Amino acid sequence: MAETVKLTIDGRAVEAEKGTLIIEAARQAGIEIPSFCYYEGLKLQAACRMCLVEVEKTPKLQVGCTLPVAEGMVVHTDSELVKSARKGMLEFLLTNHPLDCPVCDKGGECELQDMVFRYGAGESRFTERKVHTDEQQWSPVVYFDAPRCILCYRCVRICDEGMGVNALGVGNRGVIAAIVPNHHDHLECDECGMCIDICPVGALTSGTYRYQTRPWEMDHVGTICTHCADGCRTTLGVRNGRIIRGNNRDRSGINGEFLCVKGRYAFDFTEHPDRLLSPMLRTENGYEPVSWAKALELVANKFGAVKARNGKLGIIGSNHTTNEENFFLAKLARQGLGTRNIDHHRTGDLTTFFDALSGRNDALATTAELYSAKAVLVVGADLSQQHPLLAFQVRSDVRHHGAHVYTVTRGPVREDHQAAAGVRVEQGGELAGVESLRDRLKSEGNLVIAFGDSIQGESLRKLIAFGDSLGIPVKYVCLVDYSNSRGAFDMGLIPREGGLSREQMLAATDLDVLWVVGSNPLKTAALSSTNAFVVVQDLFMTETARQADLVLPAASAYEKSGTVTNVCGEVQKLKQAIKVMGAKTDLEIFGLIAKEMGLDLGIWLPDKVFEEIRRTVHGYNVPMPVIAAGGAAATAPLNGRVAALPGAIESAGDTLFTSGSLSRYSKLLNSVMEAPGGLYGNQGPGDRGQGPGAGGRS
Amino acid sequence: MTFSPQLEQRFTKMLASYPPGRERSAVVPMLIYAQDEVGAITPELIEEVARRCGIHPLQVDEVVGYYSMLHRQPLGKYHVQVCTNVSCLLVGGTELYEHAKKKLGIGHKEVTADGQFSLEEVECMGACSWAPAVEINYDFHHFVTPEKLDQLIDGLKKAH
Amino acid sequence: MLYNEPSPLETRVVSKRFGLPNSASLDTYLATDGFKAFLKAREMTPEQIIDEVKASALRGRGGAGFPTGLKWSFVPRNSPKPRVIVINADESEPGTCKDRLLIEYDPHQLIEGILIAGLAVDAHRGYIYIRGEYRYLIEHMNAALAEAYSRGYLGKNIAGTGFDFDLYTHSGAGAYECGEETALLDSLEGKRGIPRMKPPFPAVAGAWGLPTLLNNVETFSAAPAIIRDGGAAFAALGTPKNGGTRLVCISGHVNKPGVYELPLGFPMMKAINEVAGGMRDGRKLKAVVPGGSSCPLLRADECDILMDYDTLAKIGSMLGSGGMVVLDETTDMVKFALRIMRFYAHESCGWCIPCREGTTWLRKILTRFDEGGGRREDIALLGELSRNMLGRTFCALGDAAAMPTISIVDKFADDFVKRLAPEAVTA
Repeated sequence: MAETVKLTIDGRAVEAEKGTLIIEAARQAGIEIPSFCYYEGLKLQAACRMCLVEVEKTPKLQVGCTLPVAEGMVVHTDSELVKSARKGMLEFLLTNHPLDCPVCDKGGECELQDMVFRYGAGESRFTERKVHTDEQQWSPVVYFDAPRCILCYRCVRICDEGMGVNALGVGNRGVIAAIVPNHHDHLECDECGMCIDICPVGALTSGTYRYQTRPWEMDHVGTICTHCADGCRTTLGVRNGRIIRGNNRDRSGINGEFLCVKGRYAFDFTEHPDRLLSPMLRTENGYEPVSWAKALELVANKFGAVKARNGKLGIIGSNHTTNEENFFLAKLARQGLGTRNIDHHRTGDLTTFFDALSGRNDALATTAELYSAKAVLVVGADLSQQHPLLAFQVRSDVRHHGAHVYTVTRGPVREDHQAAAGVRVEQGGELAGVESLRDRLKSEGNLVIAFGDSIQGESLRKLIAFGDSLGIPVKYVCLVDYSNSRGAFDMGLIPREGGLSREQMLAATDLDVLWVVGSNPLKTAALSSTNAFVVVQDLFMTETARQADLVLPAASAYEKSGTVTNVCGEVQKLKQAIKVMGAKTDLEIFGLIAKEMGLDLGIWLPDKVFEEIRRTVHGYNVPMPVIAAGGAAATAPLNGRVAALPGAIESAGDTLFTSGSLSRYSKLLNSVMEAPGGLYGNQGPGDRGQGPGAGGRS
Repeated sequence: MTFSPQLEQRFTKMLASYPPGRERSAVVPMLIYAQDEVGAITPELIEEVARRCGIHPLQVDEVVGYYSMLHRQPLGKYHVQVCTNVSCLLVGGTELYEHAKKKLGIGHKEVTADGQFSLEEVECMGACSWAPAVEINYDFHHFVTPEKLDQLIDGLKKAH
Repeated sequence: MLYNEPSPLETRVVSKRFGLPNSASLDTYLATDGFKAFLKAREMTPEQIIDEVKASALRGRGGAGFPTGLKWSFVPRNSPKPRVIVINADESEPGTCKDRLLIEYDPHQLIEGILIAGLAVDAHRGYIYIRGEYRYLIEHMNAALAEAYSRGYLGKNIAGTGFDFDLYTHSGAGAYECGEETALLDSLEGKRGIPRMKPPFPAVAGAWGLPTLLNNVETFSAAPAIIRDGGAAFAALGTPKNGGTRLVCISGHVNKPGVYELPLGFPMMKAINEVAGGMRDGRKLKAVVPGGSSCPLLRADECDILMDYDTLAKIGSMLGSGGMVVLDETTDMVKFALRIMRFYAHESCGWCIPCREGTTWLRKILTRFDEGGGRREDIALLGELSRNMLGRTFCALGDAAAMPTISIVDKFADDFVKRLAPEAVTA
């Protein structure tokens, strides 16, 4: 029980933990002390002077955001003096702040507007000329308007402390002081947009969102980002059936207000002109649109015929379809089509992971635990590129709690800036690198080990043995890619009991049917069977779709409900934001195919399927209220030994600017694509066979 | 980018004078000394100073705009700085400055066409008891009258 | 060569070598009791040194006037981190031109004072932060340092006493705010001169996070005399709690402007009329800026006072940096107020809202007023806006801008009324 202090705020008796800042103590007591520069989690600035309050027995007004509570302190936040001080500050601020409200994106959600309404004077006495400079564009995404800037330094701090990118600075002096970008007149950075969303006014605005709408004209839908495996909540602003913007300023979800460029901006793939809007049938004249009725009939007949004569079917499922879809597909495959040949692009060795940790559900780290751990070891991964939320958690853990981070990687990674130790290793030398840190690691209070795909099979078992040998509590994160790889595994899109792996399916010259759902294996591999009937469900005509006999247009994650499981095994609910005419959700397609085939596999509504998942999938008996309320519920998937599976495990190699096929169709991502990103991402031709901007392996 | 041998020597000593790992402290002195040789704070100079002090060019760029004596554009060979702050104001500093503008034919922070002179109205330079004060480059001149200023400027012109 | 004639009314302690031939050379210094105080201090304990400085009632000569002995006692000698001494030679307060002379004419006195401080707080490294405009003094100080090093008065085993100390110069580049203690430290670290939050105080965490002792050039320069002749002797020269002498920079409408070393408590009118030769052209005194432009101005009828920290504070002004500017009846207070505000608006670092926006707004109002567009309500507005800055800014620059402005508008409102725009007069 921490030591507390008793004080009085506005006549109210308040008890707060020793060391609490007055502004926080007031907030706990339900009293708002206004501030611009004070921002929880970022360094104190005391620059805006809005939080000045009266403290008895002190001659000057005191800064509420830096002064800690003291026993017997008497604070007044609503005296005439304080009120007039606030009015004065706002009056000063408005001398150069332009009256841009009619044309400023921030109107309606602007903290300065709110403050002036609440604490400002009705009129300004300023009758001189304002200081003016023109607006600048610093990147396709980031626009900066210096006159609007109130110099609260939130953007600089979030970029430095929060993101570790350090792309913003402050230049000049006095009234012409202004935020400056790292390359003189433009930004080279993660383009995450954190600066834009943290800006209390419209000084930093988004190039993708500007001038399109007012915030109150949008519906805000909180769903889960469809790009990487971290599972960030992204709140999509929808107007007239279109997604206009994404952010997470309401700090819901496991990510607080963190979002990377993909979560914040890369929703525009949903309306790319190349979106498939009707089933496409291959004819001699190329692909022609056919009706859903015809398409489903064709598929059902083909599948039924092959099943009847005991032919060979192969199903490659998706890394970003929902748990419900994966569950239903697995059921359709095994029960409906009688095949065990079902797999997906496996990006992490979950098989060995679950087997080696059999029964030890407390050995799995959650996203929150990456923020509270005393030490974090990153092996063979570039977190800032591949798992930006996890990187953010770790970075915040170091900043706020003094946690120690260790890296064992092929080359420098962003975590090195804060790392207690960074070890460089060649491919295959990761375990030796980890071993070299043994003495330091075993003196930590606890440890989370996050590892990439270079740790698999035997090396994974050895890593866990290493963790066990340290004599401290150790938890693990098996890094996987794409938004629902965990869900694909957990729901059974894996070749258990002798089924064919992806590679084996593609190599089988006698394959009769290849059904590819939301995946792009034929981008890098060839289909050996020349007679196979290929059905592809996807959003676009990918390389795989271009080899299909029939292509079915699917909906994206932003166009459906369901659940997904993130890299740490936390289940969260998707909420449908928009609908795209012509496309159907994968679940609906599965259900209709089943129906067409005369199979009874249950109701294919996401809620119903999830009920069945909760009942039958081990570890998914998660509390419904948490899921329904938009929370994240940890699964407990470890259930005894897991048999080894055939097939390769390989990371997608995505970076901040790529996300498999999806990113290719995001104009925004392609416009901000900077140097080939990251250590473990696709560096260029020859490196894992991709080119820059070519996206991952599927 | 390299500087004159004397300046390189000064920089070597400078970097070693701060506690280990604190080379960033050399940024401001390095900029102002290098400016004398390079003529202005150019993007190339910013990169060079950043490299030598082990920081990002952005961190040097932030500093350049803050300090009055650092300038991104070249000034004249002789930079005439006239103080008009309180002590000089009281004994004719403003009039002296106006006179300087007429004499040189340029205004605040401007450079003559031949690049020989530039002019700046400056803040207190620490010569208050011997006002009016003028600094030309780094040389102080006290009790400067318009006539004396003319003499100084003409003298420098003649030196060419 | 001196810049002004000395006055017979001076009490020359820190300026005693001014005017001697080769006053800046080490030989001259050694021949005039130089480094005797250091050797004496070497035999004292740090506590004894600090007690002597406390007894001297020496107060910071940079402007704030904080008791020096007390400040030295704040530096934790038993910290695991090495302590550092920083000498504030940024001298940019309008009206002030004294530290320049101490460096030019007696650099070794400064060195000795720094060494004494080093003994007092167990520091072995110091940096003299000199404003960029004083380039000739940086080179001059470097030469003095080189001389001291070569003769064993800096570096290892100073004068055979076993005490080590390294001393360096560090150039500024034109920023008044860098005279503020914590902004100076940020500048010393290679950043913009933005002031820091206190706590932590520099004594605990200053330059590079190390315990730092930071004082003005003149403050350190007084240390040798204090140790050599004793703190009590120094204190006795001044008034109670305001010990010793200080360099007063008299400028403006006087016959003999100059830098004069006067004891604390010297009468202001005597300084004007006798030391500085009286008002020029026989004009009448109108106002005095007692200690640098950051101080509230005094009306002529308020100037019959003794010049020490406490007396000036009691009448609502400050002794400040010693920059005494004398204004006669010909002075246009509107122009004067404008020039002061132009200075602060130009030098504001921009960190906090009230100073950044307030100084520029005030400058614009005063500019408009000076150019003939003054409205009656501007006079009250100037005072009100200044009061909205006073005490509410991140550092004292906001106060420094507000205080003289408030005093001018309150005490010389007539000057403003006289300059109102024609249409405002009839309104």
